[in-house]
Amino acid sequence: MKFGVIVFPGSNCDQDCFYVIQDILKQPVKYIWHQDTNVRGFDCLVLPGGFSYGDYLRTGAVARFSPVMKSVVEFANKGGLVIGICNGFQILLEAGLLPGVMLRNTNLHFICKYVYIRIENTETPFTALYKNNQILKIPIAHNEGNYYIDEKGLEQIHRNNQIVFKYCSKDGIVRKKYNPNGAMENIAGMVNSKRNVLGMMPHPERSAEKILGSDSGFLIFQSIIQWLKDK
Amino acid sequence: MFKAEIYITLKKTVVDPQGATIKHALESMGYRHLEEVRIGKLITMKLAFDDKKKAEEEITGMCKKLLANPIIEDYRFKIEEAR
Repeated sequence: MKFGVIVFPGSNCDQDCFYVIQDILKQPVKYIWHQDTNVRGFDCLVLPGGFSYGDYLRTGAVARFSPVMKSVVEFANKGGLVIGICNGFQILLEAGLLPGVMLRNTNLHFICKYVYIRIENTETPFTALYKNNQILKIPIAHNEGNYYIDEKGLEQIHRNNQIVFKYCSKDGIVRKKYNPNGAMENIAGMVNSKRNVLGMMPHPERSAEKILGSDSGFLIFQSIIQWLKDK
Repeated sequence: MFKAEIYITLKKTVVDPQGATIKHALESMGYRHLEEVRIGKLITMKLAFDDKKKAEEEITGMCKKLLANPIIEDYRFKIEEAR
């Protein structure tokens, strides 16, 4: 299973993703510089967190026009697995691979802390090894995680069952008071309608081993490997 | 050559916490007649065109593709000849 971690100018979680894939999952992985356009031979592409292009204009808005993104869109359209984490999620939204947009957190703060999220959908290549309604302890670190979509779009993602993670309490209760950033319906992560593209604000690469405080995110990567094996 | 001012604003249906915070700050300073405060972006540019219509078309394309996100933002612009 060959993973590619895409590096934009300003990415800063690329090395963490690389480390988890290479040292914990023991899978082959390569960096892909944003000016490369060749993504052949990869099974899964990771768009890591960070501040691509300094978050100028809107988060992800400039990165979405990086040369590599054309190849990422083609890769995704052919069914390749793509996971965007934090800034990677924002880039996927701007690129139109996922519906909706990120607004600034309602409290206008950059929020960096552990949160709890609940698994809403285990029928994806990224969550198949979790149990339904399982609760993950996982860190967030962002200024624009306030997910917004218009009414029609919201209906559509419900119809297609595209919501994968929701912010919740320690016991899995989804309420406004457990919503750190104002995201619509506490949405923390979602897939496209074909289920091969995942975007999530929390950082599974920072919670993939116990020594770092949580290994809740490990099964996301393990699910990808399992799915690719079974394919 | 043309000079353009492009205004990007959040759609009326989108909540603007920045605007709300500034309104609150202004009110605490004693400004009591505020109905609403909303924050947007101003982008200025100079374009080497002879034809105003072509310049306008170009800017419209830029707004649609990059400068504004149509899900949450509106755009409008002013354009005038510059020397």
